[in-house]
Amino acid sequence: MATLAAGKRRPLLRVHNLKTYFFPDEGTVRAVDGASFEVCAGQTLGIVGESGCGKSVTARSILRIVEHPGEIVEGEIRYLHRTDGREVELDLAQISADGPEMRQIRGGEIAMIFQEPMTSFSPVHPIGSQIVEAIRLHSPLGKREARERAADLLRQVGISRAEARLDEYAYQLSGGLRQRAMIAMALSAEPRVLIADEPTTALDVTTQAQILDLLRQLQTDLGMAIILITHNLGVVAEMCDTVVVMYLGRVVEEGSVDAIFHNPKHPYTRLLLQSIPSLYSEARVPLPTISGAIPHPYNRPEGCPFHDRCPQFMPGTCDRHVPELQALDERESDQLVSCFLYHEPTDERA
Amino acid sequence: MAGWLIRRTLFAFATLWAISMLSFVVIQIPPGDYVTSYIAQLQSQGTIFTDVEAQALRDLYGLDQPVILQYFRWLGLMAQGNFGVSFEFNRPVLDVIGDRFLLTIVVSVAALLLTWIVALPIGIYSAVKQYSIGDYAFTFIGFIGLAIPGFLLALVLMYFGFVLFDANVGGLFSPEYAQADWSWHKFWDLMQHMPIPALALGLAGTAFLIRIMRANLLDELRKPYLVTARAKGLTNNRAVLKYPVRVALNPFVSIVPFVLRDIVGGSVIVSIVLSLPTLGPILLKSLIAQDSFLAGTIILLLGVITVVGTLISDILLVILDPRIKFEARGG
Amino acid sequence: MAEDHTTRTIESTVAVGGAREEERISVATQWQLTWWRFRKHKVANIAAIVLITYYVVVLFADFFAYADPNLPAAKRGLLPPQPIHLFDDDGWNPHVLAFEGSRDPETFERVYEILGDQPISVQFFAQGLEYEILGIIPWDRHLIGVSDDAGGALAQEHVSLLGTDIQGRDMWSRIVFATRISMTIGLIAVAISQILGIVIGGVSGYFGGLIDTVIQRIIEIVRSIPQIPLLMGIAAAVPKDWTIEQIYFAITILLALILWTELARVVRGRFLSLREEDFVMAAELAGASRMRIILRHMVPSFLSHIIAATTLAIPTIIISETSLSFLGLGLRPPAISWGVLLQQAQNIQTLALSPWLLLPALPVIVAILAFNFLGDGLRDAADPYGT
Repeated sequence: MATLAAGKRRPLLRVHNLKTYFFPDEGTVRAVDGASFEVCAGQTLGIVGESGCGKSVTARSILRIVEHPGEIVEGEIRYLHRTDGREVELDLAQISADGPEMRQIRGGEIAMIFQEPMTSFSPVHPIGSQIVEAIRLHSPLGKREARERAADLLRQVGISRAEARLDEYAYQLSGGLRQRAMIAMALSAEPRVLIADEPTTALDVTTQAQILDLLRQLQTDLGMAIILITHNLGVVAEMCDTVVVMYLGRVVEEGSVDAIFHNPKHPYTRLLLQSIPSLYSEARVPLPTISGAIPHPYNRPEGCPFHDRCPQFMPGTCDRHVPELQALDERESDQLVSCFLYHEPTDERA
Repeated sequence: MAGWLIRRTLFAFATLWAISMLSFVVIQIPPGDYVTSYIAQLQSQGTIFTDVEAQALRDLYGLDQPVILQYFRWLGLMAQGNFGVSFEFNRPVLDVIGDRFLLTIVVSVAALLLTWIVALPIGIYSAVKQYSIGDYAFTFIGFIGLAIPGFLLALVLMYFGFVLFDANVGGLFSPEYAQADWSWHKFWDLMQHMPIPALALGLAGTAFLIRIMRANLLDELRKPYLVTARAKGLTNNRAVLKYPVRVALNPFVSIVPFVLRDIVGGSVIVSIVLSLPTLGPILLKSLIAQDSFLAGTIILLLGVITVVGTLISDILLVILDPRIKFEARGG
Repeated sequence: MAEDHTTRTIESTVAVGGAREEERISVATQWQLTWWRFRKHKVANIAAIVLITYYVVVLFADFFAYADPNLPAAKRGLLPPQPIHLFDDDGWNPHVLAFEGSRDPETFERVYEILGDQPISVQFFAQGLEYEILGIIPWDRHLIGVSDDAGGALAQEHVSLLGTDIQGRDMWSRIVFATRISMTIGLIAVAISQILGIVIGGVSGYFGGLIDTVIQRIIEIVRSIPQIPLLMGIAAAVPKDWTIEQIYFAITILLALILWTELARVVRGRFLSLREEDFVMAAELAGASRMRIILRHMVPSFLSHIIAATTLAIPTIIISETSLSFLGLGLRPPAISWGVLLQQAQNIQTLALSPWLLLPALPVIVAILAFNFLGDGLRDAADPYGT
């Protein structure tokens, strides 16, 4: 599988201009407002941004589990669905969210792990029964075989005494073990894409490193594509091949991990990078922070959503036109940025 | 788990003990002692009572001894199956109670089952379809249900039964079965009379349980494990039923003792209105006649029903919620 | 995301947008915030108005009633309700139609016939029986009365707005006076159980440890006992020769003794969670005395919860009193409460012929509903993080 995708380099999943809005009674929240990115087999894509920037909603949109009153209002989620040994490109945004195809893909081909492994497991069902359920949803295995497979999975993610652990409950496991069990459950149907939504945020630093190692190892073994959602730029630098930077539901910059870290273009990306503490920074100098706060979701600024916090704000342009995500220049199509510092406004909005 | 159950059993005994004290208080408060009232009652009916006989009775209940000893003597007599004599009915208390204890349990359990059967699906529906028209309708009906005391509902049901169907909807048996021995036909007759008492007794509890279920389930529906379950590929409905509903059942079960308590308490008045042959009507009669042993025993028995009910729900809760086992083991 | 969403909803229920609005909220006291949130709760507002109306009736019962509630009239037994017709053929002329009573020769029951041609004019704010407002100011005006051309007659001899009971006493006036007793007994009993609950719950929550454990066990035991049989048992022991006031007082104390546990639980819960709050810790570090911490910092922050819990406890007391009196174990005639009035509805044959005897159930249900809605609204308003 890994060779197939690597040879063709055809993206497994392409998200184009995805818009997911929430419609509570008080108004509209544009949680994801035109996100585009793609990911290939065996690759890791990082999605970074502050909390509330739409990272998690993007992930849920891909799996079509956005909660009411949220809705995908526009855009495409093109996925290479594997069926009867062939690959068919499907637009996940168009098919029924609770229909058989989507359910086959959800958990079967695209799996997800979550930030809080404690609350992500049911407190009243043993870990084993929850994993067995996931296995049997996507394979014809009987109860006993599924249980054996569940134990294998636990071993695969490095959990000892796997058989006994199957009968334990989430609150009986440590945070690290819980996240491993969560990963095991996600792997139960050998997914081709694994979405990891802040998988290490709730863990202590040593456990974080172990979980990240495990994910990398599994990726090499299984050839999965991983979409890693995080606000931790260190994790991104360590894990990812390509990075998408999001701000207020929009992708502001996208590129290889090298380009983003060594040659950031968007002012927001630059500020994010500067706010990481570093061994080389001068002592007793306050870290630079991004001025202002994320705007209230009902009060989004006109024009470029970042303009009111941007140090390079250009009056008359940034507050009147909405920038598009475009390649930095013709030759180098790797790095894309959505900023008027690099291209002229093209839209007619005033 | 065993530790938890032992604690709950000890608690049940403590409660029983408290109820027995209170029941004894009810026996004690009427002015004058029991034997004096008993003799007065018998003499008014023309029975002659000798001083020797009266003294024998006084000795039996230890009436010349301090109150605390009387209490223990009463407990001791009950342990031997002697619940005293009802002078209002001029028969042993146990004879007077007869089937009524069992029928009180049957009526209460029927009402409890009704609250469950109705409240569970409606509670789930109201939470899953929060703010839908159905949710608003059930919430409104629920509020009304909470606001109508059981005996008023019973009165209204009686009134409409009488006016619309020209039938007395009260009672638990048709006349031909009232005095008959137990048989399947009698049982079936009982079941046919059950809906109205169950409704009158169960409405408030149902409304209460709907609110509890709705609130709990709304909390659980926000928990990440539901997203996990959906992300596995479960349909939304199955995921909701299998996980959040299952978790929300725990508080739902743990609230049952209070619902049962109110049903048993309410059954006294509702039974009086609907003339059900349960403990309620004879409790009222015995209280008005100051027939203290009968009244005390009935209050004790009603307490026993709720205590046993609480214990059963505790056991159910251990089975339902593994966290309790864990807490008990971990200390 | 779900979390973000809830926070957002709360912000927006407080106020949507606007920097001035935000500033107004940030300097508002807790009481103001609670008040604003309460104002948004429409049903609770309506409930509050309904309850205010009830208590106006309680205060001025003599004005709203037009008849002596305890005066029997053998010839006016079980009169059906007499609706007020506001207009006649000539326009505005409020009147009721007279009844003529006779005895059915076969059943010996009193039957009444409406005399369509004998309108009795009705006046609002009319003169009638003399009474003293709040027991001080003598007055003789009533909400309704019979106009002078009926010969200066008293309303109670001609009007039966909601019918009469078996002894011919006016139901409307009896319900008005019953409201006075039933609505105050709840308030007083709640006040007493409140004091018990706050003291015991506060002690339990603040000191914790063994005291807490013991009190909690006691509360748990009291809460698992069915209340009505116990209330009945104790109420039955109230001596028959006590005066109305004595019985009223005894029943009130009795209800309070049974109901303090719920409030003690609420208070303890709030105390326990507040003890952990940063601002209590901060006050302790600043060297504030224990009393000052409790009175200045803790009490204000849970007072609103207490008020809500109190409001929600009143219906239980009203139901208990009504039930006891209905059984003849609570208040007894000549005292008038909703339960006492409903006693006459116990006989199904009488009720079938005179369904208006069930009317006192209406104020019971409306009052319970109103207290529940108000309590819910207050609780939501008091809890900034509630849903």
